Amino acid sequence: MANLIKNGDIVANDWTTITLDAEVSPGDVKLPYGNVLLPLAVWQARKWDLIQRQWHSLDGGGKLGVWLSPDEDPAVLAEDLQDLDVIAVRFPAAGDGRGYSIASLLRIRYGYKRELRAIGTVERDYLHFLHRVGFNAFEIENPEAALASLGDFSEAYQPAVDQPLPLFRRSGLALAA
Amino acid sequence: MYAYTETDRRIVAERVIQYRDQTRRHLASELSADQFRPLRLQNGLYVEKHNPMLRIAIPYGQLSAPQLRLLAHVARSYDRGVGHFTTRHNFQLNWVRLGQVPDILAELAQVDMHAIQSSGSCIRVVTTDPLAGVSPVEVADPRPWAEIFRQWSTLHPEFAALPRKFKVAFSGGPDDAASVRTHDLGFEMVRDAAGDVGFRVWVGGGLGRTPILAQVVREFLPWTDLLSYAEAILRVYNLAGRRDNLYKSRIKILVQSLGIKAFAQRAEAEWQHLKDGPLTLIAAEVARIADQFAAPDYETLTDLDARFEFMRRFDREFAAWVKTNTHAHRQPGYVAVTLSLKAPGQAPGDATAEQLDAVAELAERYGFGELRTAQTQNLILPDVRKRDLYNLWQETRKEQLATASVGLLTDIVACPGGDLCSLANARSLPLAAAIQQRFGDRGELVDIGALRLNISGCVNACGHHHIGAIGILGVDKNGEERFQITLGGATGPGAAIGDVIGPSFPAAEVPETVARIVDHYRACRRPKEGFIDTVRRIGTKSFAAAAYAQEISIIEDEREVANG
Repeated sequence: MANLIKNGDIVANDWTTITLDAEVSPGDVKLPYGNVLLPLAVWQARKWDLIQRQWHSLDGGGKLGVWLSPDEDPAVLAEDLQDLDVIAVRFPAAGDGRGYSIASLLRIRYGYKRELRAIGTVERDYLHFLHRVGFNAFEIENPEAALASLGDFSEAYQPAVDQPLPLFRRSGLALAA
Repeated sequence: MYAYTETDRRIVAERVIQYRDQTRRHLASELSADQFRPLRLQNGLYVEKHNPMLRIAIPYGQLSAPQLRLLAHVARSYDRGVGHFTTRHNFQLNWVRLGQVPDILAELAQVDMHAIQSSGSCIRVVTTDPLAGVSPVEVADPRPWAEIFRQWSTLHPEFAALPRKFKVAFSGGPDDAASVRTHDLGFEMVRDAAGDVGFRVWVGGGLGRTPILAQVVREFLPWTDLLSYAEAILRVYNLAGRRDNLYKSRIKILVQSLGIKAFAQRAEAEWQHLKDGPLTLIAAEVARIADQFAAPDYETLTDLDARFEFMRRFDREFAAWVKTNTHAHRQPGYVAVTLSLKAPGQAPGDATAEQLDAVAELAERYGFGELRTAQTQNLILPDVRKRDLYNLWQETRKEQLATASVGLLTDIVACPGGDLCSLANARSLPLAAAIQQRFGDRGELVDIGALRLNISGCVNACGHHHIGAIGILGVDKNGEERFQITLGGATGPGAAIGDVIGPSFPAAEVPETVARIVDHYRACRRPKEGFIDTVRRIGTKSFAAAAYAQEISIIEDEREVANG
């Protein structure tokens, strides 16, 4: 079981990420026992069955998560946030920054509070940015070394998820305005 | 000039530490070349033909004398004693060592300089009018807004991996000296009916492979909403900009494909969520920044200085320099002065460490220790007393900085080209030198008058050939270095993309071809009609006939290929 960084600690990743083969329809894909991170299409096709499955899991080991591709609009999950323990966003390449906006929208516009996980091509030199836009979990190679990059910057100008006020509203000036 | 706070310094210092570790891991093979590439690019480091090139940021073109001295020092210590000023407020070192870049950055940080976001798929160095704050025609000084924008765009987490580069400019007024019309996003300072300052917002301009002029996305944006609106535009672009094709990934392509109306609606819809949120600017912060750009301690002078007027009549060479290289100032008795980096034989925009040191001293003795970098690859002393001009002129002559050609044909803007750049098809610099040599006759040059000539070594258009009245583009034809000519390009309110006149020329024929074009203008112009106006009146076809000095019909078949 690979490890991941979550809330600044290294923890075991006890989730299975389900991917959809081209020939299998979202309704038919077999789900393993345990926590599953599902493609959006599977979630949308089997939402009620999946929630039932979670209710009936005896040890609470059947938690549900959904992962989004960068071309999927997070608005489609806005009504489902209570049913999901993890939302993940897949990065097909480190340079594909759509996931940063998706994370911002999930956290700030839709108010998602639980685990937001970066999956796919996740590299340590982007952790600072990923963390700022709201990711709190990272599937990353060599998480021990990568942890250090979370602290690359101690201050930032912009408001983001980790700091809702811009620098100019955090100095004494804001009070005077 | 904006003075860094302790927080500004800490952010730059932490970027140096971060980049030092990234370099170390790359050299230790922990970061592959592909992984390291975007990291070094976002810190201004290209790997060029012979060597890495470091692009240092000069946000909105403003430099202090100590900063200039430090640039001289790094050019001397880490390079070959020469640096290059670009068309977008950057300073490039062409011969640095990859392993030494962290040390260069640490030195730059000592004077609050850096290379953050001077390249890569991110929000680039913000640009503005080099005469901001002294221009008599500006609506308001754009520098405070550019500084506010610099801070917001520095290490913005959501926009750290955009589809492509994103260039932003602020123009102080309707003369559009910063060329908002050729930027991804441009802010033109305007006032509303009540006299409150705001911005006309332009989007979707850019040169490069597919030159397109920007369109107005919002007629009036109140100043309070500068950052929230920018965030909305960037978010729409980040999510919807194409990432499948490098050549179609700039925001200009998105704006073209949606149409400006639909794009504006999407931006507006996004903005409704951000408007009046924490990014809304507050008066106290704007005042804190603006105070640092307050006018310096000018002397109260009359606009007419007897010594200056006398020397101007007495010394014709001085008068010629005054005419081209000095610019009207809002303060009586003062002018702004362009220190030309276009001396014959000098690559346009290049300056030696000795010249940089000399300029720093001149800035202190003849101004308030401040300088600007101009889009024309020159330096500007913004505040010089007319009384001092004659002495300043004599001193700049000694340093080869007094070439009296600003705005004339030989004030050539050129990219570094095939001598240094790995993208280039052709060498821009020898061509620039050959054209300057061809137009060495002062009388002829002055008679031709205002004329922008721009040379790019390839379609990426770093020499901005599309907006040159005469634009020259290096193309590769079966391994042969050739040049294509465009006519009619312009910046400012009359911005236009030049038209290709026909098939390309071998390098050796370009200077004479330019001469034939210019002679055609001199033959056809009406009294006081400038080059660009004659081109517009009689059309490029007429000029093409002169340029090829042959039947136009031969030219027609190849025209389709041009700009392809």
